[in-house]
Parts: sequence; structure tokens; C-alpha cells
Amino acid sequence: MTLAEKILAAHCGKDRVSPGEFINVKTDLVLSNDITAPIAIKEFNKLGLGKVFDPQKIVMVPDHFCPNKDIQSAQQAKLMREFAREHKIIYFEVGEMGIEHVILPEKGLVVPGDVVVGADSHTDTYGALAAFATGMGSTDIAIAMATGEIWMKVPPTIKFVFHGKPGKWVGGKDFILYTIGRIGVDGALYSVMEFTGDAMEALSMDNRFTMSNMAIEAGGKAGIFAVDAKTKAYLKGRTSRKYIEYRSDPDAAYASIIEYDASQIEPQVAFPHLPSNTKPISQVGNIAIDQVVIGSCTNGRLDDIRLAARVIKGKKVNAGLRCIVIPGSQKVYLDALKEGLIEIFIKAGAAVSTPTCGPCLGGYMGILAAGEKCVSTTNRNFVGRMGHVKSEIYLANPAVAAASAVLGRIAGPEELA
Amino acid sequence: MSLKGKVHKYGTNIDTDAIIPARYLNMHEAAELAEHCMEDIDEEFVKRVQAGDIVVADTNFGCGSSREHAPLALKGSGISCVIAKSFARIFFRNAINTGLPLLECEEAADNIEAGDAVEVDLAGGRIINHSSGKTFTAKPYPEFMMQIIAEGGLVEHTKKKASGAR
Ligand code: SF4
Repeated sequence: MTLAEKILAAHCGKDRVSPGEFINVKTDLVLSNDITAPIAIKEFNKLGLGKVFDPQKIVMVPDHFCPNKDIQSAQQAKLMREFAREHKIIYFEVGEMGIEHVILPEKGLVVPGDVVVGADSHTDTYGALAAFATGMGSTDIAIAMATGEIWMKVPPTIKFVFHGKPGKWVGGKDFILYTIGRIGVDGALYSVMEFTGDAMEALSMDNRFTMSNMAIEAGGKAGIFAVDAKTKAYLKGRTSRKYIEYRSDPDAAYASIIEYDASQIEPQVAFPHLPSNTKPISQVGNIAIDQVVIGSCTNGRLDDIRLAARVIKGKKVNAGLRCIVIPGSQKVYLDALKEGLIEIFIKAGAAVSTPTCGPCLGGYMGILAAGEKCVSTTNRNFVGRMGHVKSEIYLANPAVAAASAVLGRIAGPEELA
Repeated sequence: MSLKGKVHKYGTNIDTDAIIPARYLNMHEAAELAEHCMEDIDEEFVKRVQAGDIVVADTNFGCGSSREHAPLALKGSGISCVIAKSFARIFFRNAINTGLPLLECEEAADNIEAGDAVEVDLAGGRIINHSSGKTFTAKPYPEFMMQIIAEGGLVEHTKKKASGAR
């Protein structure tokens, strides 16, 4: 069996599961946020059970439109907050919150071998911790909150092997964009993407989170890494929960095995309006931009903020361009502050915001006008995602985003040297 | 159950931001969401759509976010079912859970045009294009899902299970 199949088997009381099988899975953590929780709560109430299955395994995070951006958002956030208090579930208030997929691992709420379901498509992020984590809708989450179980169809696994030593400015974002560029936005539809190879072993945890985060952008159900020394080091001090290290068998059955040479992959830029519309940075051409966003559950962790700061240090944000930096959590913000990174951004002329999803989904804090172009470290560049339908989003890694902010056009960091 | 209506046709990878833009996610009632359904890719949809109408699309319909607001917005608009070559995974679950029938059928997606009058017999998965006279058969649902649909969605299914266990 594959790593993912082993986790699922262990959570449905079977020795073996195989792709295509319908199973009822026990959940270790059930997540929702300020835009998906209201519907989940409504459906939960329809069940008429009155209580959640285990308050310590349910978490709600106000991050999408919080701190509240308008009256309607405030109403939704209030609905969620009151439910969380009433049922005594895990809840992070503004001031201690961050983007859900940044803070859940950070707070040690996910360990290897867990099954995590969330009413947010980027719940797949926790695959980086060798958990089976996947996004669902609000009704599914209502059922999981009530019963601690949810149905799933066992997905096939596609194995990705990355060999070789990548270039200086190439990281998790580039590997995943490259992969999506190759296989397409439905290239891993209904499947688990398992990331392996020496280039993956060399990746930091923050870079692994970035990759797992975007498995959904290839249609994937999960994006998973096996446990190694880096995983263990990350978990140390964050959790005292015991965990099982599952590993794919040498003879595990994969739907396919895809190999890439990491040393040949350049920083990638995904052009509008699909994450699969990628080009290597050397082939981008001259594209003037109006805004840069550095943040989100894809690239709002400390590694990302450090990388962007390293590129922008001592330089100035291009005149006539807005650069917005949004640390993914209060901890990332504080760490960045202590390291002097926030000062670097502010001196360069960038705006730094409190943690929120904000512009990533066109909420607030950096909405685009008609005709504007933005380089963003987020994960989706769909039509209208960040504002006006006639605006454009180019997805890139934090180093490319920072270099673009300085040069006023899409550019790689080596151009600044 | 037989569904009947005019067709609204779209291409590949129709994402959830296209079905209901995120800027409207500060609401969650189907009727409110329906006022903005599809507006970023098809401004006329909201004015054109009538109860019973059918959406036909190419591959990977509903890709992107997990927002249940997407099937809710379609349902609120009066859309009776969606026919596509394939559906994104989370959208598929959400549609089943919220009671929006989906039919997977390559042939139908290729042979139905915008404005065609189409009828769908859900039980048999039969799709009839009255404008061209052609008929198609959609991929049947797995038995497990048929049960959820027959029981009126996941909430009802779970309620039934819970009362059975008592
Ligand atoms: S940062 Fe963007 S992609 Fe991530 S959870 Fe928030 S809105 Fe979704």
C-alpha cells in the first residue's frame, strides 16, 4: 500500500484499502473558517444532535474576511465565534490568529498519520506533515463535526520523484507550479500526489507546505510527504501527541510515477488565468506590473518572508507600484519583526499587514482595478480572483515577487545582483 | 425525476470563482448568491437563466475552492442539473450534498449547444437533446452515492443512520 492508503486503512478499521473503494473514515481534526463555517453550522443544526463529537478535534479560524472587512463579514464571523464558544471548540481570535493552514501546523494541531478534513480546499497543506489532509464542503464538515467520521473514496496515488540539486532561487513553489504546468489543472484529479526524491528531502518544511498546499491546483485530493528528520524536528516542541510514521511499501501500486530533474527547473511564473499556465522566468518577457502580494497559506511562512526580505533588502519598491506583505500568522509576524525583516520591508516602501487571507481571494487589503497586473505568491490566478475581472494575476515564488516589486516588472532575483 | 430546460454552455476548467466570485462569500443564502452566479464569465447568465435550465460544460467543472456557495448559487439560480465531461472532486461532493444533480457524459457535452432544449431522466441517466433529437447516457453513480441522493443528501442520510443506530 501507499502512505496515503495506509493512513486511510488505519482510520476505517481495515487492514487494506484500495483505490475506488468507499470507506467511512475517522477524523482527527475538522476545520472550517469564517466563510465556510456559517453553512456548516446551519447544516450541523439540521442534524439536531446538539453537540459536536469532540470539541478538541474541531477548529475554526477567522481568516478570510477577518479582521472583519464589512458588516456582512462581521455577521458571519460572529456566528462562527458564538458557535465555537458554545461548543468549546478550538478557536483563534483576531490577535492570535493567522491563516488557518499556517497556524494549524504551527500550533502542533496536526501530526503524521492524522486524517484532517477541512471546509477549505487548501486543507491539503498538512500533507507536508505526512497526514492525509483534504478539503471538502461545508455539509461534509457539518457531518464530520457531528460524528467524527466522513465518507471517502480511496484515491489512487501518483508518485512524483524530483532528482538533483535545484538552482539558488528555486523552491517548493517552483516545483509545484512546474508540476501543475506539466500535468494540468486536472492532471491529478481525485488522486493523491506523493512527493519524493532527494530534491524533496532537501526542502525545508515551509517549502513542503507550499507544495502540498497546491496539490488541489492539479485537482489532487491530497499532496503528501513521508516523515523524515525535518518533519520530526518541526514537530518537536509543538506537540506531545504520539504519532505513527507510515511509509509507502516498496511494491506499492501507483497510478503512475512521474520523474523530474530538479536541476533543470527555473523559477516559474503562472500566467493568467490558470495555475497550469506556467513559464520559466527566462521566458516571461517584459510585463509591467501594478502590485505585488507576498503572503497567503502558500507562501506566508517565515522562510518565504525571509526570502523576500533578502531580495528586497536595501532596495526600494518601484515607484507607482504597491507591494503588500502579509505574514501568515502572528508568530510569523513576530519572528519576522525580531529578525528585522519587517523593518526591511517598510524601509523599502512595502506595506505590511496583520495576518489575513485578504487579497488572495479578492477579499480586501489589495483588490485590483480593471487592467491592473499583480505578481502574487498566492495559489490561484483565476479570472477575477483578486478583484476586477479585467485584472491579471501572475503566480510566483517570494524571491521573484520581491524582485518584481523592485524592478516594476516580472523579474527574477538574479537581475538585482 | 425528469428535468427540463434550456442549456447554458461553458468550456473547460470552470472554477468556483467563476461560478460565484469570492467577493460575495460574505453571504451564504442561495437566493442572495444566485444574484451573482457566473457574473465574471457571463454577465448575461443571471438575466437569461430560468427555473429548470441546465448547465453544460467541458472537463473539470467546479475546480478551485471548496465553497459550497458554488452549487448553492447554481441551485438558487434555478439550474436543475449540470452535465459535464468531468467534475472537480470537491464540487462533486458539494453538489451531491446540496442536492444539485450532476451528470458525467462526454458525448452529451460535445453534442449539446447553448440554447438547446434538453431533458434529463435522472434515474436512468438519460439525456435527451430535443433540439437535435439525439440522446445520450451518463455514467451511472456508484451505488453508495445513489443511496445518499435517494435519501435526500448527506444530512438526511446521516440522520437516518444515527436514528438506526439508536
Ligand atoms: S490564503 Fe488564500 S488560498 Fe489560503 S486559505 Fe486564505 S483565501 Fe484560501
